[in-house]
Amino acid sequence: MKIHEFQAKGILRRFGAAVPQGKVIDDAAQAARICEDFGGRCVVKAQIHAGGRGKGGGVKVASSPSEAERLADEILGMQLVTHQTGPEGQQVRQVLIEEALEIDQELYLGVTLDRAAERPLLMASRSGGMDIEEVAQSDPDAILRELIDPLLGVLPFQCRRIASGLGFEGGTARQIQSIVASVVEAYLETDASLVEINPLMVDSKGDVYALDAKMNFDDNALFRQRDVVELRDVHEENPLEVEASEHGISYIKLDGSIGCMVNGAGLAMATMDIIKLYGAEPANFLDVGGSASQEAVASAFRIILSDPAVEAVLINIFGGIARTDRIARGVVAAIDELAADGTPVGVPVVVRLEGTNVEEGREVLERADFDFLVADGMASAAERAVESLKTRVGGS
Amino acid sequence: MSILVGESTRLIVQGITGREGLFHAMGCRDYGTDVVGGVTPGKGGSTVEGFPVWNSVERARRESGCNATLIFVPPPFAADAIMEAADAGVELIVCITEGIPVQDMVRVKAFLRGRNSRLLGPNCPGLITPGQAKVGIMPGHIHEAGNVGVISRSGTLTYEAVWQLTNEGLGQTTCVGIGGDPVNGTSFIDVLELFAEDEATEAVVLIGEIGGTAEEEAAAWIGEHLDIPVVGFIAGATAPPGRRMGHAGAIVAGGKGTAAEKKAALAAAGVLVVDSPAEMGARVATALGDRS
Repeated sequence: MKIHEFQAKGILRRFGAAVPQGKVIDDAAQAARICEDFGGRCVVKAQIHAGGRGKGGGVKVASSPSEAERLADEILGMQLVTHQTGPEGQQVRQVLIEEALEIDQELYLGVTLDRAAERPLLMASRSGGMDIEEVAQSDPDAILRELIDPLLGVLPFQCRRIASGLGFEGGTARQIQSIVASVVEAYLETDASLVEINPLMVDSKGDVYALDAKMNFDDNALFRQRDVVELRDVHEENPLEVEASEHGISYIKLDGSIGCMVNGAGLAMATMDIIKLYGAEPANFLDVGGSASQEAVASAFRIILSDPAVEAVLINIFGGIARTDRIARGVVAAIDELAADGTPVGVPVVVRLEGTNVEEGREVLERADFDFLVADGMASAAERAVESLKTRVGGS
Repeated sequence: MSILVGESTRLIVQGITGREGLFHAMGCRDYGTDVVGGVTPGKGGSTVEGFPVWNSVERARRESGCNATLIFVPPPFAADAIMEAADAGVELIVCITEGIPVQDMVRVKAFLRGRNSRLLGPNCPGLITPGQAKVGIMPGHIHEAGNVGVISRSGTLTYEAVWQLTNEGLGQTTCVGIGGDPVNGTSFIDVLELFAEDEATEAVVLIGEIGGTAEEEAAAWIGEHLDIPVVGFIAGATAPPGRRMGHAGAIVAGGKGTAAEKKAALAAAGVLVVDSPAEMGARVATALGDRS
């Protein structure tokens, strides 16, 4: 789960990190007064989940209260396009008005899971403001790394090593040590999957602030992070993906034309891959769950078909322990249910079923009122789905 | 021959009084696995479907002599269940539970260091030695005993591979699902080491997916140590970066963990990489045919 910058800063402040003063608003009329409180200069920052906001025109400096109001008005409501939003962009619903600080140096500080080491990894670099992945590529030695003991947390000597490794001493070094400890503690206590402060800023007086902040969280841990769940902003998520998650379905919209319904994440990815090998593009990733119940199949159909780009559906279910004939009946019932609801399935549906009682399962599909294209094996299923697109194009 | 599980496996099920736990305890027993009972705290002393239930793994081990456990405990309590089993000294711990917080698993891994238990999973289908023992949730009937080892990060995609092998007339020594989470107990390399020592295993199918670097590490190990044919498939060539594809561990992050990189690493190590998931079984057949 992702949250906004101002929310991440709120969490970090709670763990003792210094962040600039700021207020989040959704009404531009409030911007001038807040800017005045900050001494007549401020930064107006669009709050969307995607990164790259500055380059997209979502972060601007105002040197007067009236300019702050004008910029807030300009940014609020805009469709902000960044390298992470896709070409349609993301609507800005809130802006953060923040005091403008004198930047002397920009650093990088982040914590994430090191999968190979199976521990949290703290990273710091003097190249703040840059993409850490690029720094890791071009100059890996420029990144300081500290593995965190999951049972002990970050240790004081590790904080000192980061501060001195970044080239600081005295009061600034102590502030860096403190913010390092805060960031690691926030990561561990909130079940974060990523905390990133980029840039971590040192001002002309040598004081240290988290100028930007990004936090992502482990979805599996949300059951014990009630405060974090409260911060969810569904406006930032794809509505179909939200609906799918409510039905226990894992769905991700993609750009192709063949809708996929598969049980199991690995098989779902493999099905997408084989569609591409046969010359078409998948419209989505969809894992309907291990059991592929009738209810889940019906919801999955609705979700897949609400994407107007879908021209054919490929169902690939490896029944496993669940009996294939029962799954087939579920698929047929789901199609009947949709027809009864006045939203009949109007695209070709290729079905590949495997597992216990597969012969009976195929019979169920063949006897149904709906004209399924029944395939045996993944390859022929993909081939038939791709073929059905061509037939449709030819026929229209 | 086989690895990890076989005729000497004595299995308990943690969470045996839950719906899933009981269903699969019976499924394993029906397959022929020696399921000696189960554990549910607070329900010790009772019996379900002929299985004795104990309050703790320690007690279960003392009274049943179990050497393996299959865990169906819900996510908030699963890490504790794994550590309890390790503390009791159970040699093989297989955790099916999906959705365990990553930090719980980080702590579990720290706890397991220096102990003698092997953890498989979590978020995995378990493992099976066809004809001998099933310790997991896979459909037993698609398997045949034979000479191909299977290792995979996924569930139903593993069944797909096994089914293709069986249809090619190729049986399996042992099929191992290591799970789809970013931090898990047993790695590809751990299983490859066991297959390398197993005389019956004459070929291996390795099924990876996007995210992390486990496949690259496996590739390096295969290049140096393994001289039987390995057929590889990586799921997720079409997955967009930055999106988690169902499994918590299946995500291309920061340009790392792509299917293309993994396939290249495996191919460079001599692995026979197939681009189509429909060709896993056939590729093993030709590789074994080439050898004989």
